[in-house]
Amino acid sequence: MNTSPIMDVSYFPGCSLATTAKENDHSLRELCRRIGVNLVELDDWNCCGSSSAYAVDHDLALGLAARNLFMASPDRPLLVACPNCIIRLRLAHQELSRNELMRYRFEKKWDKPYNRDLKILHFFELMENRIPEYMGKEVSEKLKQLKFVPYYGCMLNRPNTLRNEKNYKGLMEKILTGLGAQALDWSFASQCCGTFLSVARPELVTSIVNRMMDDAAKTGADCIITACAMCHMNLEVRCTLKQPVPVLHFSEILSLAFDVESHNNWFSRHLVDPRPVLKSRALI
Amino acid sequence: MTKNQNETITEIYTGSDFAKEVKQRAGTDFNACYHCLSCGGGCPFSEAMDYLPNQIIRLVQLGRKKEVLESSSIWICVGCNNCSVQCPNSVDISAVTHALCQMAVEEKVTVAEPDILKFHQEVLNTVHRYGRTHKLEIMLRYKFYKKDWFSDMGVGMKMLARRKLELLPSRVTQMKDVKFAFNQKQAG
Repeated sequence: MNTSPIMDVSYFPGCSLATTAKENDHSLRELCRRIGVNLVELDDWNCCGSSSAYAVDHDLALGLAARNLFMASPDRPLLVACPNCIIRLRLAHQELSRNELMRYRFEKKWDKPYNRDLKILHFFELMENRIPEYMGKEVSEKLKQLKFVPYYGCMLNRPNTLRNEKNYKGLMEKILTGLGAQALDWSFASQCCGTFLSVARPELVTSIVNRMMDDAAKTGADCIITACAMCHMNLEVRCTLKQPVPVLHFSEILSLAFDVESHNNWFSRHLVDPRPVLKSRALI
Repeated sequence: MTKNQNETITEIYTGSDFAKEVKQRAGTDFNACYHCLSCGGGCPFSEAMDYLPNQIIRLVQLGRKKEVLESSSIWICVGCNNCSVQCPNSVDISAVTHALCQMAVEEKVTVAEPDILKFHQEVLNTVHRYGRTHKLEIMLRYKFYKKDWFSDMGVGMKMLARRKLELLPSRVTQMKDVKFAFNQKQAG
């Protein structure tokens, strides 16, 4: 197979992938290795500011994101997998690129010019570029018989100022059906999971999550495939139905399709055990 | 409509210092709103809000600062951007609600959703301590504040058993750089 040369990419895992969603992080790393992407973790990265800094302190949100952006190597793109982190980093990048006064202030602090050409790349964009050339015969049937519903959450929405960034609508369906899986229609592909309301107003999140799980089960899906570690957690943690549908990270299912073998510690970390389904489809 | 009448209307709707400040902070022209209710219709949590998103905009235009800053809506908004995507006039509504949250904190008004604010503060406290969020500590401190140890005990234990909650935080080594982000205001 003729494949593109190995690509070097800086990698910003973010707090969720580094802790609660380690299986998302590990599967992403394994998959990247498999498709010729060399991930170089951003050394000493810090929290992007998350929804909390965005909600209560704009300057803090910018300052936290800026530290990561200033540390990113100028000669390669910065890969981010968390849909929330990437919005925070892209908004900060936009502000640093457009607001001269602000940029000057941070350049003074970091003692170097800001790289306005920094490319912040989402995991989905990387998949769209790299996966097709690896979709040879040997993987084309790999996910056969697996029925899934795609769950993007609020990732398909962007703040107005990021309107021109790439939209990933339909990407999971396109890639996974190319690997033999069957995408089912449901009503909740871009339903917001409630993010932090899960802590302070759990009843609101439970009501939404239960409706989603119920609909996924009714369509006959084997699993829900998520784009976001936060969505993944809310679906698992706040569902109170007796038989919840297993939830898999996009990076996990792709890794299985590409025969990544070191997946022992991923599925045991799920609150809804996906192993029975994966075994019945001969994926593990 | 003559030019004069038009100016008068603009002056009434956007003339208050409060409306000007919100517009400046949010960086979006909410005066383009014509109250079509697309935002509230698309909002996944509008049922839990005291004012619909367009009503918040209207109150801002009318300069009713206290009602807006003390509303629950601004805190319930999680910033999923569903509203702004559906808005025919491209008003960045979540930028408005978040600007309002910040003004509510700065002006020390009575916050309608103290639990949500407390959660945000605990998240930022762990970032201040470690440079990264530490979910177990956030949850424990939040539960301590609520004096509620039982509601999430089952799921918490399950998460610990599945190693989804780390006991120790993931840390940044150069913490003084992170503190800089927290101290910007004092540093000017």
